[in-house]
Amino acid sequence: MRETQSIAVEFKRVMKSFGAKRVLNDVSFHIEQGQALCILGRSGTGKSVTLKLIMALMRPDSGEVWVDADNVVGMGEQRLSLVRRKLGYLFQDAALFDSLTLYENLALPLSRLTKKPKDEIDDVVHRVLTDVGLGADGAKYPSALSGGMRKRAGLARALVLEPKILLADEPSSGLDRITAAEIDELLMRCKKERGTALIIVTHDVHGARRIADRVAVLDRGNLAAFGSVDEVSQSENDVARRLITE
Amino acid sequence: MRWLSRFFEFVGKVGVFSLQVLVDSLRPPFEFTQLSRQLVEVGNRSLALVVVSGFALGAVMTLHTRSTLVTFGATAMIPAVQSVAFFVEIGPLVAGLLLAGRVGSGIGAVLANMRASEQIDAIESLSIDSFKFLVVPRVLACVIALPFLTLFMDFAGLLGGFLSEVLSSHIAPALYLNRAFDFLQWSNFIAPTLKTSVFGFIIGSISAYFGYTTDKGAQGVGEAATNSVVVSSLLIIVADVLLIKCIFFLFPDTAV
Repeated sequence: MRETQSIAVEFKRVMKSFGAKRVLNDVSFHIEQGQALCILGRSGTGKSVTLKLIMALMRPDSGEVWVDADNVVGMGEQRLSLVRRKLGYLFQDAALFDSLTLYENLALPLSRLTKKPKDEIDDVVHRVLTDVGLGADGAKYPSALSGGMRKRAGLARALVLEPKILLADEPSSGLDRITAAEIDELLMRCKKERGTALIIVTHDVHGARRIADRVAVLDRGNLAAFGSVDEVSQSENDVARRLITE
Repeated sequence: MRWLSRFFEFVGKVGVFSLQVLVDSLRPPFEFTQLSRQLVEVGNRSLALVVVSGFALGAVMTLHTRSTLVTFGATAMIPAVQSVAFFVEIGPLVAGLLLAGRVGSGIGAVLANMRASEQIDAIESLSIDSFKFLVVPRVLACVIALPFLTLFMDFAGLLGGFLSEVLSSHIAPALYLNRAFDFLQWSNFIAPTLKTSVFGFIIGSISAYFGYTTDKGAQGVGEAATNSVVVSSLLIIVADVLLIKCIFFLFPDTAV
């Protein structure tokens, strides 16, 4: 445990390899509570791995990953479970549970992790689904939803426990620009209304420019640039500059 | 020698996985809702397959047995042969193999698909123990459901045999039942039925292992389904040999 309460997530000299391929090489950065960080980079540069390390779905080869006040590296499952309650995760393809309806997808974490009575769970699920524009679709199964609806449903599930930190893996990939902008709006509302820290992996530079307080550019496992949009667009690193300006 | 080390590595991993199932099935919280869902999936939805297969097998077996026993003038033995064969061996083994095909492939494919589509990661991210939530209820459902499915197969086989025999010899139902159960002891009935719980554990653990541990994306779904059926069927047959020896040891009169 540490005292610096305003830091939401911090990487300290994190290394991660898969076989001979190093995907993160001595990466260090931090973001504060209420900030939005967009992680940009070419495919296969370790962006999604960064999110999985924060959620402790993977373990780094070395280095520290701090979430709020806890280093999640080497943490036991029981304590990890408590840390994960501070996090929400929107997966790239939403990862909704096929065998459950949309309502059940959202009610599952509420019934398991809170002591709310069923009436209250119904209210919370309905409110969150309405927030993402799916108030009338609770009885549908994920297979009956379009790509955009699935993304919004995934976001609703990630938000249902009101996390302090939201991780989003390519929230606008595969969506038209209007739907992508709607998703960005929802993310910005989270940040503004609840003070949620956002860490978003994206290829959508327009979206990143709208949302991000900080931008991190990963290139071949290294943190090529980190800073505000303006700082990164004037970076000496050619890849970082091109990614944010083109 | 490389294949040998890979074989032992596989045996070790499956062993640890199965041990984890046993430990987690005794550790709260217990997933009763998931267990009841899986009992419906494993039990109710396999019932028709088991009953129809048992009925057909019973009818065919009687036809074959009759053609042989008629040569020795021993057709009166048909009901006894039928019941002993079904309760002692055919019912438990065939029900186990049918379940390995229908449920084993399903468990392997569903869990592998959940792994490939990040649903298992999503469960973990919601602070839910995915192993206890997904694997343990599926294995327990197989352990609980298979003995009941075996009973349905046994009685469906007897019914198929009876109808086949009635058509051939017009035997009275009461006489058929008398002859069928005359030679049957409780030890012929209870131990072989209960051994199917071990078959259920094999089917559930092996199939869940292949599905839960895959890391090959969409390709892994097909592989998990195929491996689940092949390996669990093979292990059921091997386990059957060992369990029969155990039953003979525990109930010596059944070996005579």
